[in-house]
Amino acid sequence: MTDPTSAAPPIAAAHNGTGPIEDALRIAGRKFQSRLLLGTGGFPSLELLAEAIAHSGSQLVTVALRRIDPAARGSLVDVLSAAGVELLPNTAGCFTARDAVLTAKLAREAFQTDWVKLEVIGDEDTLLPDAPELLRAAEELVDDGFVVLPYTTDDPILARRLVDIGCAAVMPLGSPIGSGMGIRNPYNISLIREAVRVPVVLDAGIGTASDAALAMELGCDAVMAASAIARAQDPVRMASAMRHAVQAGRLARTAGRIPRRLYATASTPDEGLPDFS
Amino acid sequence: MIVNGQSAEIQPGETVASVFERLGLSLAARGVAVAVDGEVVPRAAWPSFTLDADSHVEVLTAMQGG
Repeated sequence: MTDPTSAAPPIAAAHNGTGPIEDALRIAGRKFQSRLLLGTGGFPSLELLAEAIAHSGSQLVTVALRRIDPAARGSLVDVLSAAGVELLPNTAGCFTARDAVLTAKLAREAFQTDWVKLEVIGDEDTLLPDAPELLRAAEELVDDGFVVLPYTTDDPILARRLVDIGCAAVMPLGSPIGSGMGIRNPYNISLIREAVRVPVVLDAGIGTASDAALAMELGCDAVMAASAIARAQDPVRMASAMRHAVQAGRLARTAGRIPRRLYATASTPDEGLPDFS
Repeated sequence: MIVNGQSAEIQPGETVASVFERLGLSLAARGVAVAVDGEVVPRAAWPSFTLDADSHVEVLTAMQGG
């Protein structure tokens, strides 16, 4: 089965190998040139966050909603506004559909966006999604007009259920949040790509650039990275690495890789081979 | 009443807006949302929304998060 979203993108006629290739990510009717979503958590300072955003090229960044600290210096909203990126509020820390729905509504009020990265977590050790609560929250938010991007397990059936409900994308995990374990089940990510017709955003578990490239090669439409960049020894350099990895993976996916073979296939022809006997 | 997990003495005629004054926050602050007793209080209602001794107020804003 060939999914239309994974078909080769048109290459702009004027493309000379250095200019951009027209291949925008589309979620719920919105276009993004960057296929890298950035999480803002874990950066040691707002200055470093701003620099990492610039090097990542990301246009969509996640934020959490927490109790206000009147003594806090610097405003995250101002930094992100100056960076010219779109905010994607998350419901991180919510363990029930009720809390996640309320958090999404508060985020809509705070940031004037009806987009939400829906997270409903099952336990603190694994931070894995709680599927029944996730479905319940997704249904309620979709009914309320939200554009829902659910953080989900790498389960193709659950992904399909979320899309049936009306989610605008699915965000399967590669491995647990912050684990840096990469994509533990590439096969399932491929199955999710086949199972749904909305963008698939690989979320959670990315450890380094090759993980992001693999996600894109598997057919994901975008990659979300947070800890992998924020907690790298040099977050700005890693932001740049992720940007290139996502682009390389996307290009490789749409270019169409060669099949894997057990035995060698000579790349140099035998024709004209001299006989030295 | 309870404001962001801290108990606070309620004053007569206390509103969401007066809680902002207590916290030293501007009503025009960007990226802020308020819930009272688990329900969203829209920005336009902050000056008029009155609180009582049992009110549970959460004043929230954007924080760094994945």
